[in-house]
Amino acid sequence: MSDINPFFIFFASIFTSNMVLANFLGMCSFIAVSREVKTSLGLGQAVTFVLTGTTIINYLIYHYILVPFRLEYLRFIVFIITIAAFVQLVEMVLERYVPTLYYSLGIFLPLITVNCAILGVSLFMVIRDYNFIQSVAFGVGSGLGWALAILAMAGIRQKLQDAPVPKGLEGPGITLIITGLMALAFIGFSGIVKIQ
Amino acid sequence: MSTILITIGVITGITTLLALLLTFADAFIADYGIKKILINKNKELEIEGGNTLLSTLVNEKIFIPSACGGKGSCGYCKCKVNSGGGPVLATELPYLSKGDKENNIRLSCQIKVKEDMEIEIPEELFNVKAYKGVVEEIVDITDKIKFVRFKITSNDPSTIDFNAGQYIQLTAPPYPSSPEEVYRAYSIASATKDKNHINLLIGYVEDGLLTTYVHQHLNQGSSVNFTGPYGDFYLQDTDAEIVLVAVGTGMAPILSILYELIDQKSQRKATFFFGARTKSDLFMLEEMDIFERELPNFKFIPTLSRPNAEEEWTGEVGRVNNSIEKILEYSDAPREAYLCGSAPMIDSTVDSLLAKGIREDKIYFDKFD
Repeated sequence: MSDINPFFIFFASIFTSNMVLANFLGMCSFIAVSREVKTSLGLGQAVTFVLTGTTIINYLIYHYILVPFRLEYLRFIVFIITIAAFVQLVEMVLERYVPTLYYSLGIFLPLITVNCAILGVSLFMVIRDYNFIQSVAFGVGSGLGWALAILAMAGIRQKLQDAPVPKGLEGPGITLIITGLMALAFIGFSGIVKIQ
Repeated sequence: MSTILITIGVITGITTLLALLLTFADAFIADYGIKKILINKNKELEIEGGNTLLSTLVNEKIFIPSACGGKGSCGYCKCKVNSGGGPVLATELPYLSKGDKENNIRLSCQIKVKEDMEIEIPEELFNVKAYKGVVEEIVDITDKIKFVRFKITSNDPSTIDFNAGQYIQLTAPPYPSSPEEVYRAYSIASATKDKNHINLLIGYVEDGLLTTYVHQHLNQGSSVNFTGPYGDFYLQDTDAEIVLVAVGTGMAPILSILYELIDQKSQRKATFFFGARTKSDLFMLEEMDIFERELPNFKFIPTLSRPNAEEEWTGEVGRVNNSIEKILEYSDAPREAYLCGSAPMIDSTVDSLLAKGIREDKIYFDKFD
């Protein structure tokens, strides 16, 4: 078991080991929903919530069901099932109580299920052998990091609406270039904190 | 062995637990309570919220046409939602034109009833009912087309009221090579006063799910389910001269219209241009003789596109629009045209009719896909 301070993990997963900008996970919805600050804030919150919830559930299932039965090799299918069920639950809650957010997220809400950042966090948690507190810190931090990245991107893209972007680069093209530039900036932080 | 059982047990256990959790969540969170739907500003329904508008209305015996069964792939179930529908969903966009969006037209199979709604649907849809029947007669009238006659056996409703030219939706139950229930629209070919029966003309389409069902699985005495009547293609109540145009099974609604003219003892001048490939593709010729005898001003003009040399055809040759161009006279007098057939046939015929002076808003058509 690694003995890194959970606070280190928490802050590192927001800034230096950001899921999007350091690991390039969760790109699909990151690029598709980052057109407006408002919706990306909503998706950021939803992803953070799902990440926190699924990390906790997956930690408990992995260490208290899969490990005792020596079924670690089932972790992919089990993690995906819990993530899918959890996202379904979040979708029901949002549809019922926050319909405006539900409609603005549209198809990207159920697509959180296959957001690889979510499965990635659950798998990293296992590979890096985090304990429960570390896992929670990692889950929440990664969610906030993802939210931060998409918010920053949405802010830039809103400014970009008035900018003369070359025709062929409009939309995803320029977004990928910006993501690359942001990731370059984040590389500067890498290695400051070791979390594995 | 025990590893396999444990694996299955663990996966099943976890899945069951999550399924239970979601079922409870669905019962408690997705419970929208009783909602009201105001239809056409005069009819109010109180229903259990949470389901799609289409299925909610079907439960209330209001049948909005739907060919795909609510999958959002046919676009037939459009209706006007003035309030309570929420924003337009991405799944609806491919089926909504710009005008549709401005007029609050929505796909009723995609939107859910989550709050009180105010909707508008065509008044005649209240007349649409679900029927059960048995096949009384099923015969080949050409090598590709079957004539099918149903007798309505359901008690409530036991009769069908429709306008000459309207259609029903026939349901094919699952059968080998078609795992799901499918619906398709067929024009009614019988007289409106024959309220206990429905006649249909059903052509064979290769790999067509419903036509295969009709041509290979339906026999005399088989029971059938259908809903109807639907459609805004029907005989208008005027005195104008009529031009009727059909090819193949498109004759069905025209037959109904001609029976209607007889029943009305109509004096209206009517010309029926009918297109087929060869002489053996012509059918209902005795019926046409009867119509020509009973209707004082009716004329039947069959046109063959590829008459066989040995069949000794002396009538018109070409496409139906060629015959229209040749025979129909130009006139400014009020005339109505009723067209039924494939999209290319209708498009070319409309051009010919416009050239003959028939007003565009008096050309009614029913495109078969």
